[in-house]
Amino acid sequence: MTDALRLEGLSREFPVGKRLFGKPKGIVHAVRPVDLSVEAGETLGIVGESGCGKSTLARMLVGLLPPTTGRIEIEGKPLDTADPAAFGKRIQYVFQDPISSLNPRKTIRQVMEAPLKRLHGMDRAARERRIAEIFDSVNLREEFLDRYPHEFSGGQAQRIGIARALAAQARILILDEPVSALDVSVQAQVLNLLADLKRELGLTYLFISHDLAVVEAVSTRVAVLYFGSVVEVGRAEDIFRAPKHPYTKLLADSAPVVGRPLSAPEGRETELPDPLNPPPGCPFAPRCPRATEACTGAMPALEPQTGHRVACIHPLG
Amino acid sequence: MKTVRLIFRNRLAAAGLVVLGIVVLLAILTPILPLADPDVTNTANRFRPVFAEGHLLGTDHLGRDLLSRLLWGTRLSLAVGFAAAVFAAVIGAGFGIVSGYFGGATDNVIMRGIDMLMAFPYILLALAIVAALGPGLFNALIAVAVVNIPFFARNIRGVTVGIAHKEFVDAARLAGLSHTRIILSEILPNVIPVIVIAMSTTIGWMILETAGLSFLGLGSQPPQADLGSMLGEARGALITNPLTSIVPGVMILVIVMSINLLGDGVRDALDPRLRSGALTRPRAATVVDRRAPVPAPRAEGVLTMTDLETQFHVGARVYRAVNKVSLHVAPGECLGVIGESGSGKSVTALSVMGLVASPPGVITGGSVRFRDAELIGATYGRLRELRGDRVAYIFQDPLATLHPLYRVGDQLVEAIRVHHRIPRAEAWDRAVALLKQVRIPNPESRAQSYPHEMSGGMRQRVGIAMALANDPDVIIADEPTTALDVTVQAQILSLLDDLRRERGLAIVFITHDFGVVAQLCDRVAVMYAGRIVEEGPTRAVLDAPAHPYTRRLIACVPELGAGRRRLEAIPGLPPAVDRLEPGCAFAPRCLKTEAVCVTREIGLAQAGNRAVRCLFPETDLKREAAE
Ligand SMILES: Nc1ncnc2c1ncn2[C@@H]1O[C@H](COP(=O)(O)OP(=O)(O)OP(=O)(O)O)[C@@H](O)[C@H]1O
Ligand code: SF4
Ligand code: SF4
Ligand SMILES: [Mg+2]
Repeated sequence: MTDALRLEGLSREFPVGKRLFGKPKGIVHAVRPVDLSVEAGETLGIVGESGCGKSTLARMLVGLLPPTTGRIEIEGKPLDTADPAAFGKRIQYVFQDPISSLNPRKTIRQVMEAPLKRLHGMDRAARERRIAEIFDSVNLREEFLDRYPHEFSGGQAQRIGIARALAAQARILILDEPVSALDVSVQAQVLNLLADLKRELGLTYLFISHDLAVVEAVSTRVAVLYFGSVVEVGRAEDIFRAPKHPYTKLLADSAPVVGRPLSAPEGRETELPDPLNPPPGCPFAPRCPRATEACTGAMPALEPQTGHRVACIHPLG
Repeated sequence: MKTVRLIFRNRLAAAGLVVLGIVVLLAILTPILPLADPDVTNTANRFRPVFAEGHLLGTDHLGRDLLSRLLWGTRLSLAVGFAAAVFAAVIGAGFGIVSGYFGGATDNVIMRGIDMLMAFPYILLALAIVAALGPGLFNALIAVAVVNIPFFARNIRGVTVGIAHKEFVDAARLAGLSHTRIILSEILPNVIPVIVIAMSTTIGWMILETAGLSFLGLGSQPPQADLGSMLGEARGALITNPLTSIVPGVMILVIVMSINLLGDGVRDALDPRLRSGALTRPRAATVVDRRAPVPAPRAEGVLTMTDLETQFHVGARVYRAVNKVSLHVAPGECLGVIGESGSGKSVTALSVMGLVASPPGVITGGSVRFRDAELIGATYGRLRELRGDRVAYIFQDPLATLHPLYRVGDQLVEAIRVHHRIPRAEAWDRAVALLKQVRIPNPESRAQSYPHEMSGGMRQRVGIAMALANDPDVIIADEPTTALDVTVQAQILSLLDDLRRERGLAIVFITHDFGVVAQLCDRVAVMYAGRIVEEGPTRAVLDAPAHPYTRRLIACVPELGAGRRRLEAIPGLPPAVDRLEPGCAFAPRCLKTEAVCVTREIGLAQAGNRAVRCLFPETDLKREAAE
């Protein structure tokens, strides 16, 4: 089976405190070299806390942000131009904030037509037909087409965002927190729609979220990101039930779960590491209950090469 | 249309529009009006007074007809001012958009150039440009336009930067649009209102500046009349024949005043914040307009709400945001309020201390008691005494409560000293102790930090410290952890839990997360469309929900550890609270609806310590209570 998406050594740095001339004050490694592959037809969940590099990674995958190093291969073909239009036909993006991802001054029809016209050069009649088809598949009424974004609820707007991504006919969708802005009852509607579309159209998803329960419910595999690195990858049913990385365990223990007593699973003084001044070796070491001398030596690698992979010297379980 | 109506609501702007309209009309009609030739001199007839024969406004020092010169001059001045404004707006906005959209080096180069232009004093720059190009009206126009380019460029750049980072611009790039197309079809339509505002507020000054250059003899050349040159030529006779100065002077005043009044009106009308109806300043406390007698409390607690009703009156619509809500919380107790967006959780919380914005908010009924004191209808002074002192709030976004320009320690000191007259040093020690209490590492030095120097989790802890500053009896927390990461959320929740146990704090905790409610709250109330639909001890409600809405809401929340699966969605949306149908608000989405559900008001049926508002509950509460 070919991989829908393959990343090799993909990384991104940002200079901070930039000056007009001369060197910046510091460099933040938003994403450290990442190797990952996503099989066709699978949903890879990506979890991590704010600032861990989820969105930076996602934006590189669709060409909105050129990577500092590494390469991206989509359906077996490398893509090394950072041109979103070249990416657009093969991989699309669904944004977190459904309302702000729609131009307030454009009708939904104008929004839907852009990818059909620009990416596929369809004529008017063909566009009409295609839009009707897509709207049908995401359960939207065609009468919505001549309205403006502010007339829609969050759930409807997110459906429109999904419809726009489908219009590009990409087979891979990056879903960046697609339901975080929605109410729980509507969230379930959108998640179910995504599952149906995937089955009907044979799509591949990269599902980014900070909500572990949502990720577990929709993903085939899950990758856990900490401080710009993938620290654990495994099957969705295993990774939170039997985590191998101490950070994954911390995440799973922190999630509020009905029937589990309230506890702060870690000391209250801890804070995320300073991105400008990263700790040596394993970035989780300052918070890790299992840390030893060896952990501060070098960054542990993600091992083994396949299956349940973990970047830790003293994994759990 | 709406814009025009808003402009007319502003009297001054409407007056400006009318006056300007007349002036512009006259200027347009000048060529066909029966006027004397403005440039024909007749020195024998100089300095004639007003109403002289054949010269309504008299004549100037060369015996030319003043009325004719005035109208022709106005026509020219308006045209030049307008042309300069358009020129400056187009070029300035062009630079601003390109600079803001592309950012990086392009931005740097353009903005440095603009800064250089701005470094020269305004009028000097204009003079230098005219000196270089030579005098003449067209050159004066260029000079005035150029000195105004930076204003447009900077304004538009700022707006563009904001828009260029919006997600819809990324979406357009992924839809295959080129940069040019994105600028033209995505960015431009969104900045045009700003350009119009900037133009309407500067065009008056541009007319004035052109007149200034003409006054100095650098603009229009004799015998051509514009308002500035008329003033300039009249200068010699200012004392002996003031009329020749007054006529163009008054016209300049009229034009500039009317344009500026209108410009302010346009700005207000296009400003989205003002558009949304908030043209008036909000009151210090929510307006109370109770028609019915104040109900007596039916439950014991430090804080007791009884049949609280809060509405928003927007135009002819009435939004029943909070509809006869009764809640109570005892010392040391944590009450959870759960519900979807728009169900009225926040408005309920804000009504307690009269913090709902008025207009449009109005408290139309019910009672809120803090101990024995009635809060609804209490004076603003009394509310302010209690706000933050006895009843404190924690909001979702701590940045909303923290001032960005003051150190957090100083803000805590301020919060303490508002209510307690203690020396600064003592208050500072107390502030540091509070930071320590909310487990901020290294509180002595952290008190010196500004809010933006802290992480989201830290700021929320400062928010909690602020709420605790005066050792309140009740804390109302509105989604305090929704914006935080799970690990930080766990820390904050356990901190709140400790505080209520240690200090006997009563907490009202608003959230939409069942996991959080289950872990922190003793009792929970479920809200739907402004009403409580179910209430009871957390365990009981979660284990055996009685209202169909509660049951299905619990079912559609994925829970960690349950594996991959299809979620139970609730089709449809909550109803709009300005159009509530009679009967059960959940009926359109409920699977058990029967005709009786929508015929009459359904009461909250109490059984033991639980209550439900449903005719066909999922759990028989009476039987449960009996067991
Ligand atoms: N300033 C306002 N003008 C008009 N209506 C308002 C205003 N503020 C709130 N409302 C309406 O009052 C109702 C209750 O809103 P409220 O903010 O209390 O909901 P909530 O339960 O806190 O939702 P969320 O989970 O989104 O915070 C909603 O229908 C809302 O549209
Ligand atoms: S490598 Fe060491 S510090 Fe890092 S997670 Fe594993 S045990 Fe903890
Ligand atoms: S009252 Fe009727 S419609 Fe309303 S929740 Fe109960 S069964 Fe459903
Ligand atoms: Mg709210």
